[in-house]
Amino acid sequence: MKFIDPHVHMVSRTTDDYEAMQKAGVVAVIEPAFWLGQPRTAVGSFKDYYSTLVGWERFRASQFGIRHYCTIGLNSKEANNEALAEQVMELLPLFIYKEGVVGIGEIGYDDQTAAEDKYFRAQIELARETNMPIQIHTPHRDKKTGTIRSMDVCEEHGIDPLTVIVDHNNEETVEEVLNRGYWTAFTIYPNTKMGNERMVEIVKRYGAERMIINSAADWGVSDPLAVPKTAALMLERGISQEEVELVCYKNALEAFGQSGQMKEEDWKNATGVDQTQLFQGNSVLRGGQKAKVDPNTNIVKN
Amino acid sequence: MEQFKVVIRRLLSPDVAETFEKKVTEATESQEKRKFTLLFSSIPRLTGKQVMDFSPEELADLKTSRDGFDPEGWTLDRFCRVYLLMQLDPSGGEQAYVGRVEELFDAAEVYEQVALYSALPLYRFPEAFRFRTTEGIRTNITDVFDAVALNNPYPSEQLEEAAWNQMVLKALFMQRPIYRIYGQDQRAGATLAHILSDYAHERWAAGRTVSPELWRCVGPFLDEKLIGDIRLLLKGNDPFREEAAVLACSDSNNPEATEMLQDYPNLTAQVQSGVLSWDSLGKNYDLKR
Repeated sequence: MKFIDPHVHMVSRTTDDYEAMQKAGVVAVIEPAFWLGQPRTAVGSFKDYYSTLVGWERFRASQFGIRHYCTIGLNSKEANNEALAEQVMELLPLFIYKEGVVGIGEIGYDDQTAAEDKYFRAQIELARETNMPIQIHTPHRDKKTGTIRSMDVCEEHGIDPLTVIVDHNNEETVEEVLNRGYWTAFTIYPNTKMGNERMVEIVKRYGAERMIINSAADWGVSDPLAVPKTAALMLERGISQEEVELVCYKNALEAFGQSGQMKEEDWKNATGVDQTQLFQGNSVLRGGQKAKVDPNTNIVKN
Repeated sequence: MEQFKVVIRRLLSPDVAETFEKKVTEATESQEKRKFTLLFSSIPRLTGKQVMDFSPEELADLKTSRDGFDPEGWTLDRFCRVYLLMQLDPSGGEQAYVGRVEELFDAAEVYEQVALYSALPLYRFPEAFRFRTTEGIRTNITDVFDAVALNNPYPSEQLEEAAWNQMVLKALFMQRPIYRIYGQDQRAGATLAHILSDYAHERWAAGRTVSPELWRCVGPFLDEKLIGDIRLLLKGNDPFREEAAVLACSDSNNPEATEMLQDYPNLTAQVQSGVLSWDSLGKNYDLKR
């Protein structure tokens, strides 16, 4: 089975992760722009970060047979530094039409401050102008209120719920998000957010329509194989293959494919122009080197 | 510029061609930065990314537009981006012009970088892009490196010796086809020949091989040490290595090299008749890997 992980911060992950993901069937990833675990102090740091997402990281992924896409945005935490946020907002139009950018994200609320609200709305407007899907980060604290408020604000701005992916849902938020017509995403993340046994129960109860799962793997203790592992668990516990495919592949493709920047041919058609161009490189795997180190030997081949 | 226009008009459907021309005019007449930048980014959405199919006349025409310019194998979006870049207004002076190009470089994704480096020989104020070119050579993204180093006349015209040598060495390191480096025979030098010889020894010591094309840059400078390398090439019955050795000796005035050729009359005759050349060897080696 093929998988898409539509929320994963690959800049924090190793080549071992890429290799394991590829082996497990992950064909494409989407990397939302987020913070780096600590606040940035200069607009240039944002510019270089966005450049990495559309440049080096995309190339690095391709070396392992994985197609890399991203969403570009000012995250809610750093929206609170208004002086910097203003400059970042100036930067966003530069990146929105870049190749492989499939939406504005991850944006939304963290502490639900006035500044967060201001830049969330400004970015919703940008998405409207540019016809881009929106990937919403719902807050860790006061989640239910923050989730409802995110949807209210989208609707205030006349956004079609089918162009919005509401992320990090749980048992408390799933029903309303689904009922209001949004793509409803869940993050399978150890210890916080969602576990995959709970996820299985949610899919059993609510079905697979507009449901999406991701790993949100980042610099913390997280699992880049969360999507394939959860797929296996769903099958094991009696969810149909068709439904698993919707939740772990097709829905993400349909939702983010609305950007026009993500198509199944990108990875199906390995001889396509684009893929040949990206795959002929050998800079991560130098000189035909295989990245995998045999666990049964202490010899590091080079 | 006119040659570019003709090809673009032929390859785009009439309505897309019209939209594209309209957008180019809007972006260039106003010279409004944001319009130009957004158009530059969004060109593939408009044109698609198919590899271009030039007629022999078109290609010949484009090649005469600029010494060393060669768009063969380009995709349409790359071509259209370069066409757009050619229309950046230089009337504000060098600083403003170079600043605009550098801004595009600073936020460029992979294919934008490819287009920006492909346009190096076409920018105004060419000497202002020397440092940028060395940045391009530092990349590990093959397509970007190729845009700088292969079929591009800019490096041979503008780079100083150390930067040029670095580019050739990096091209070998990245296993790129050396015969596609423009102007290399004119820029060859004894320093580079010795750097490449050292590189070959390092690879051999690790049990690896080097491209036979490496010796193209060495042949004219064969001295006592380098002749020893050529002798090593002739051991082991590798046809590519033998051809490279014979070609290198043919490029040399060193009497020892001339003497070595006597043991390879067939290959020497092929070199003399032009059947075997560095370009033919490069092409065949490229096909083989």
